[in-house]
Amino acid sequence: MPRRDDIKRIMVIGSGPVVIGQAAEFDYSGVQACKVLLEEGYEVILVNSNPATIMTDPEFATSTYVEPLLPGPVAAIIEKERPDALLPTLGGQTALNLAMDLSADGTLEKYEVELIGANRDAIIRGEDREVFRQVMTEAGIRIPWSITVESVEQALKELDDGDASLPAIIRPAFTMGGQGGGIAETREELERVVARGIAASPIGQVLVEESVIGWGEFELEVMRDHNDNVVIICSIENVDPMGVHTGDSITVAPAQSLTDPVYQSLRDIAIAVIRAVGVETGGSNVQFAVNPADGEIVVIEMNPRVSRSSALASKATGFPIAKMAAKLAVGYALEEIPNDITRATPASFEPTIDYVVTKIPRFAFEKFPGADERLSTYMQSVGEVMSIGRTFRESFAKALASRELDSRPEIPGSDEDLLAAIATPTPGRIDLALAAFERGLSVEQVHDQTRIDPWFLRELALLASDGDGTDGLERIYNSVDTCAAEFEAATPYYYSSHEPAGSPSEVRRGDRPSVVILGAGPNRIGQGIEFDYCCVHAAMTVRECGRDAVMVNCNPETVSTDYDTSDRLYFEPLTIEHVLAVCEKEKPEGVIVMFGGQTPLKLAEGLKEAGIPLLGTPVEAIDGAEDRGKFGALIDRLGIKPPPYGTALSAGQAEEIAAGIGYPLLVRPSFVLGGRAMEICYSADDLRVYLDKHVKASPEHPLLLDRFLENAIEVDVDALCDGREVFVAGIMQHVEEAGVHSGDSACVIPPMSIGQEMIDEIKAATSAIALELGVIGLINIQFAVAAGELYVIEANPRASRTVPFVSKAMGIPLAKVATRIMLGQTIAEQNLPEFTGNHVSVKEAVMPFSRFQGADSVLGPEMKSTGEVIGIGADFPTAFGKAQAAAGVALPETGTVFISVTDTDKAAATQLAAQLHDLGFGILATGGTAQAISRMGTPVRAINKIADGSPHVVDMIENRQCDLVINTPTGSGARADGYEIRSAAIRHGIPSVTTLTGASAAVRAISAHANGSGEVRSLQELHGG
Amino acid sequence: MSELNPGYVLLEDGSRFEGQLCGTAQGGVGEVVFNTAMTGYQEAVTDPSYAGQIITFTYPMVGNYGVSAQAMESGLAHARGVIMREAGNNTDAATAEGGWLDWLQSNGVWAITGVNTRALVRQIRDRGAMRGGIFEAGISVEEAMGMIEDEPTMAGSDFASRVSPGSPIEHDGNGPHVVALDTGIKSSIVNQFLERDCRVTLLPCLTGADEVMARQPDLLFLANGPGDPAAVSAVTDTIGELIGKKPMVGICLGHQLLCRAVGLGTFKLPFGHRGSNHPVKDLETGVIEITSQNHGFAVLGPGGSETIEQDEPVRWKTEHGDAVLSHINLYDRTVEGLRLPEAKAMTVQHHPEAGPGPRDSRHLFDRFLDLAKVG
Repeated sequence: MPRRDDIKRIMVIGSGPVVIGQAAEFDYSGVQACKVLLEEGYEVILVNSNPATIMTDPEFATSTYVEPLLPGPVAAIIEKERPDALLPTLGGQTALNLAMDLSADGTLEKYEVELIGANRDAIIRGEDREVFRQVMTEAGIRIPWSITVESVEQALKELDDGDASLPAIIRPAFTMGGQGGGIAETREELERVVARGIAASPIGQVLVEESVIGWGEFELEVMRDHNDNVVIICSIENVDPMGVHTGDSITVAPAQSLTDPVYQSLRDIAIAVIRAVGVETGGSNVQFAVNPADGEIVVIEMNPRVSRSSALASKATGFPIAKMAAKLAVGYALEEIPNDITRATPASFEPTIDYVVTKIPRFAFEKFPGADERLSTYMQSVGEVMSIGRTFRESFAKALASRELDSRPEIPGSDEDLLAAIATPTPGRIDLALAAFERGLSVEQVHDQTRIDPWFLRELALLASDGDGTDGLERIYNSVDTCAAEFEAATPYYYSSHEPAGSPSEVRRGDRPSVVILGAGPNRIGQGIEFDYCCVHAAMTVRECGRDAVMVNCNPETVSTDYDTSDRLYFEPLTIEHVLAVCEKEKPEGVIVMFGGQTPLKLAEGLKEAGIPLLGTPVEAIDGAEDRGKFGALIDRLGIKPPPYGTALSAGQAEEIAAGIGYPLLVRPSFVLGGRAMEICYSADDLRVYLDKHVKASPEHPLLLDRFLENAIEVDVDALCDGREVFVAGIMQHVEEAGVHSGDSACVIPPMSIGQEMIDEIKAATSAIALELGVIGLINIQFAVAAGELYVIEANPRASRTVPFVSKAMGIPLAKVATRIMLGQTIAEQNLPEFTGNHVSVKEAVMPFSRFQGADSVLGPEMKSTGEVIGIGADFPTAFGKAQAAAGVALPETGTVFISVTDTDKAAATQLAAQLHDLGFGILATGGTAQAISRMGTPVRAINKIADGSPHVVDMIENRQCDLVINTPTGSGARADGYEIRSAAIRHGIPSVTTLTGASAAVRAISAHANGSGEVRSLQELHGG
Repeated sequence: MSELNPGYVLLEDGSRFEGQLCGTAQGGVGEVVFNTAMTGYQEAVTDPSYAGQIITFTYPMVGNYGVSAQAMESGLAHARGVIMREAGNNTDAATAEGGWLDWLQSNGVWAITGVNTRALVRQIRDRGAMRGGIFEAGISVEEAMGMIEDEPTMAGSDFASRVSPGSPIEHDGNGPHVVALDTGIKSSIVNQFLERDCRVTLLPCLTGADEVMARQPDLLFLANGPGDPAAVSAVTDTIGELIGKKPMVGICLGHQLLCRAVGLGTFKLPFGHRGSNHPVKDLETGVIEITSQNHGFAVLGPGGSETIEQDEPVRWKTEHGDAVLSHINLYDRTVEGLRLPEAKAMTVQHHPEAGPGPRDSRHLFDRFLDLAKVG
């Protein structure tokens, strides 16, 4: 059946902000879907609250809404746009859940919107554990057994009756993070752990489940069309056995250790699962555990939608799962769709590959001091790298290089300690295993500790002893072609591999000059999807300007590594070696290093030395901005003030300089992104602790010290410069005061509390700095306004994290404009539109604290957010309320607010308390804060600090007796209490604000009843596109 | 792998690929083909259909899970040699009874590793399957080319009678009696019949029609096998005599031989179909099955055409009534199966028994036996 003509307007829901477990891969899948639907002649209504996505660029939909992904706002969009169908399977769990909510609350029925891709029943069968269990059992598919018990006796009886067996996992019902649970390997342990679990469970109930920890873990990506034809796109084998979340596991494709009969059994079961669950069209992912001893297979779970693994499988095979899923959803059958890559064969086949793909996750534990680094069954990684090599070792070595780690794990001295450390799955375990092999420990020893399949371990041991096997071979480039070269590939998607001398490369190109764009590598905190967004825009623009766009990147989650994005994609590590090799092949007109964050910038010097032309801002200008001394001299020439600062090359010098500048002081190493190891020191003692703990200042690693401006307003500016003219594109006022990392601070366009004179001063300073530095392209400058004075904090002559936000808020694609500048167009030639909108745009950061047990949720100079959302409204409170709602912080309209602030914040806090009281809220406070509020005549209920005993503040939160927490920790002695309070609030999903300015904004939003709903306007309406 | 002796692959068009020898010491020549499956290396090498051939595995890591008796598709290795990117001798897998390299050695299979198999495959894809060989580095190209040229081409070669058993082999069962002309049958095919409780008799492929009928078959089975179907005219003649006497089914070479017996032609595919991922459409049900494939020749369609454009059960004349197209290959639109209703016969080109490869088409064995019931 060809495309459906009975539907005309299709709504696509994105996945919202980047959070752990749901990242850029859904922008990749969403973009593919939107492109397909538009190409097929449908009108697309897109909703996504994440401005840093390509899918929310106005050209990818008929109407684009950057609204909170909540039933209210989306229902309002449905009412306004009247789509015929809703495609919910390409926006991750968020989109799927939202679609289910809209189905349950009757919205879809009311407006006659059909769910396409997966229907409600199939989603329930795939997602609801109990229903899934039942469906699998009926289909004769084995899943791990699971029994609910309420007493030790009952557990033992189940064991004796043979309904339970050992080892088993005990999970107490309704406890957070599996508290009180454990694994029982013996009868005695079962007794003990069940007793403990029942005690820990508020309802005295535990789930006893079959333990498959240590079994091999496999995934199959499956696609089905409405003719019931099913194909397997890719098999994936986890190097880390069961027990580590697949998102946190090192994985390879295809499966390496399975015999043909076992693989075929997995294939048969996967097909049976997708049929039993009833996903009618589209992609699904089925996860298996396989007992290495006897090949026994159990199904762990299935996702009835496109997933992170599908993105990986698409990049691993060249088969675009999301694109195909969109086509299937609108009526096509697999056999009616040509295979993109061969163009000669249909999509109703199974890709076969002639290389090995490795994925390694990227973690960010260093950002969360105190967090437990143990990997477990819930995901904690923030990004991933993928690599392709002809052999396992080549592929694995490339993946290791792609990680771009800041630091390597420490290797324990003794063999015993090393083996003991290897037993625990952690981000660095693979490095420890390699170290063990280098030291001559055996495959058997490491296997005993890790249960990692010996096949992998033998390969890793060989990697440690003999290297990656590329000695004496030549680097060439092969194509990713879905078919192991059986058919000619039309798609230019390449990877390097090493083959005997004289082997041919497959790179094909015409006469057009090429421009190489270096991507941002793995997503991490501080360098996320925003940079990929810029790289994609660069590629689009390079193509528009008549050159071949050549992308180099190693992040499988991204739009930049979609082979459609550029003219040639090289899936390679972003190391100088690999990038120079690509340049050697491409002989490019130039390389763009300005859009991928710090990753490509670090390569700029090496590229320049190798004689590779760099486009845009010259390396010297980057250095001129990053070198404190040079930059200080530059702004001095321009008559622009920095906060008092200094650069220390030793610890002693740091203390000396600090004394001269005065405290509080902002301290950080130079050349870092995302505020790594950045702290505020309030005293000389603080500074000494910092120097001891973190950073050894040295001539190679200078330490930057800045006077920290208290109560300053921080301002971010993104501007464009062509060498002659400067275009100030966006001036953002931070909602949080200076001191909170700009990536974590909410910010607003236009600025809310800065006068026109100061705006003019900011613009003038921006122009002067950009021109003086010699910027050709983008520059981001951070300013602080304190007591009516403007200070420049830092300038970064490259694309910043806020470029997508400013682009969406202002309706000007900054990265595209910047690319054209780099290719020689002037700003004047580009005729940039004057901004005429009267809307307010707020960006809010999204925090991952709930993922890290033990980590504090305080905001500070080190960036901790994983993603961002945008809220657009007619005024600040509405926009702020939308941004909060989109970030998952549902501001209450009534109820009780708990306030606890430091002494310096008390005066302002009493104001807020009075306002909240007038809005009808009850006020709770401890000790001094309660006194201060009470003295101002506001009724307040004083409650105990934790030390005063129960019932104390944390009890109130645990019992959900408060609806909003305002708790400022900076410089306070009551740190422990604050930590407990904030942790409890996070555990129970109660909005918690940790800065007073943030609280003030929240109160304004509450008083405007701005809870995320309100008028919805598409970007096309806002910007007249 | 540093101790391995250097060697090379030479194709008859002169292209040369370096590597290291890792099987039996001396190399040799045959038809060089490629297989795109990612698993099932031992099954492939022991499949008699590979007789006379050297298999290039496109998947670069071969030998990962060792070898086992269960994976034998016949009693011995039939492929002459294997060409690999990286060969392993691992025995860690629970099912491994030995290492792949050791097994290749002890089974007399020539083997070479470290080869840029992708470049070799692209050469074959573009130029067609051709003769070639695996040679020690010390053998000159001239000498090697001489050996290649002495090897007969696959077109015109009869390998089927060489792999056929010398005497009948019988398997007990209570169901229909399947009598096969064994041109190199795979164990997986026999097992599919045995799982359905058939009694199975495998006869040497040169057994005469009378002797076949004397076995009182309920179903005549024409097996897979190696070589050019045009080169085994004796078997084709026997089939011609048997047509119509009993329901008859065929797989792979058996399919080609039956078609030749009713006057249809066969032709050599440019580089063949060998792998586990080819989509085949069943035109009776509309279902697309992912199939296991291993053939270098194919049957001509209506009017002698090599490909068929429409997805329909087209009919065309044969010497025994109409042929009805039942299966088509969606990769290159060649004939994948047909029915001869008047002859009570049906055949498929691909391997419904799997072993190795997907099992989507195993249900065809039920369809075969339904034909036997109709009698």
